[in-house]
Amino acid sequence: MDLAKHWRQRAARYRLEGQRNRATGEVRFPPEPLVSDADAWEAFTFSGRGLVYSFSVVRQPPDGYESQVPYVVALIKLEEGPLITAQITDCDVTDVQIDMPVEATTRRLRDLGPEGLLLYAYKFRPRLS
Amino acid sequence: MQSVYIVGTGQTPVAEHWEHTATVLAWQALRGAFGTVAPERVGALYVANALGGALGTQSQLGAAIAATAGMRGVEAHVIEAGGASGGVALRQACLAVASGAHDLVAVVGVEKATDVLDGRLEAGLALGLDSDWEAVHGVTLTAQWAMLMRRYMHQYGYTAADFAPFPVNAHANGAANPNALYRFPINPQKVETATMVADPLGLLDCSTVADGAAALLVASEGFARELGTRRVRIAGSSVTTDALALGRRADPLWLEAAARSSAAALRSARLTHADVDVLELTDPHGIAAALALEANGFAERGTAVQLAREGSITPHGSTPLATGGGCKARGDTVGANGVYQVIELVRQLHGEAQAAQVPNARVALAQCLGGVGATAATHILVAE
Repeated sequence: MDLAKHWRQRAARYRLEGQRNRATGEVRFPPEPLVSDADAWEAFTFSGRGLVYSFSVVRQPPDGYESQVPYVVALIKLEEGPLITAQITDCDVTDVQIDMPVEATTRRLRDLGPEGLLLYAYKFRPRLS
Repeated sequence: MQSVYIVGTGQTPVAEHWEHTATVLAWQALRGAFGTVAPERVGALYVANALGGALGTQSQLGAAIAATAGMRGVEAHVIEAGGASGGVALRQACLAVASGAHDLVAVVGVEKATDVLDGRLEAGLALGLDSDWEAVHGVTLTAQWAMLMRRYMHQYGYTAADFAPFPVNAHANGAANPNALYRFPINPQKVETATMVADPLGLLDCSTVADGAAALLVASEGFARELGTRRVRIAGSSVTTDALALGRRADPLWLEAAARSSAAALRSARLTHADVDVLELTDPHGIAAALALEANGFAERGTAVQLAREGSITPHGSTPLATGGGCKARGDTVGANGVYQVIELVRQLHGEAQAAQVPNARVALAQCLGGVGATAATHILVAE
């Protein structure tokens, strides 16, 4: 069922919520476990705007992603700094380019079957605004 | 610390071994490595395997293989570090012998990948990525390398066709290796026109994951002398790690773990990369070989592809690479790759590599990576 495994990432996956260092202003995504420095970092929601750092088109998918082939996976350089991995959606696979402006949107990642979850998270699309 | 020697090697061909289990393949490779040595003399068995758990093959392969291969009761366990498993297992063997805990240990890398269909295999390989922040988005290991390749092309002005010398060299060498999966040459035109797997990586710049097992006997100086057979000294050994996710690295095009592992292994061998005559790297794609060449100090950043285009990676070049066919032509046995690499280099140091022989090879470097370099294991081998 994998419920807890996905539930515990909800803030990051649904809101693109990472962390900001209270003292230095440094931001990071994904959020990291806070152990000894729990007070040093606070939740920080990213704008979702960024540029394509690089990308590929997956044509031989892992189990669970067959229905989406071909799909674009990318490394996105967020405007606040972090580099994150996500799919690019809402455009043809031939339209994607390095340095293309993109923005985050919430989409279904996969269907974990009749007894599983519908998994939602951020994907990126060509920037509309 | 005591000196450590490789005193025996054995391997199965890399192939689709539908008739054999992982345990049987491992036993076949070990039998070759033992030669006349009685298996009961082994103090420990280190099994390198990346996919057994992910593909649901068998847990506790250590116990299973020890019992089948005549070592029932011996200390044995599996080492899993993705594509670096073989090198990490050899590192454990080195530590066990160097510390004096054992005089003789065995390492066997084994992978059984062809029992499952492609989708399950891709999912198994993707477990070596960061599962929460990469694999969940449908990213494959091949797509990770493809993204690095595209960025490298963008940054340094190469085309996908410029990477063709890597698979062309691998296939030219694999043709001479009786244990290679693909024993035929390919030409750059075929590489360029191949079907896309994960753009810009085409089929002929992608390794094929297959079954195989490779084994080493690792001994102390005393045991090696008693045995009296030809040996190779392991002069340096290092394992390092990096963040799993590419996004958590300062510069994704710089394989930091590979660089540090290589530097540490060479330092402990009191050698530099200029002393290395022949090398084996994790090279499922040209981009992987290029980034590893750069991280290991064999090429300046952005120049490894040019180096390959000039012919430097062929057996008669300055940086001979993949003389046994590499991941591309020998076949990609994931967790066993690191052991196959070392066997190829032992063959080179013994002067037995025939058509792919590097003239006067005395010092060799083997490096295997887990995922896109989250784990790096490097060994320096010296002919005695």
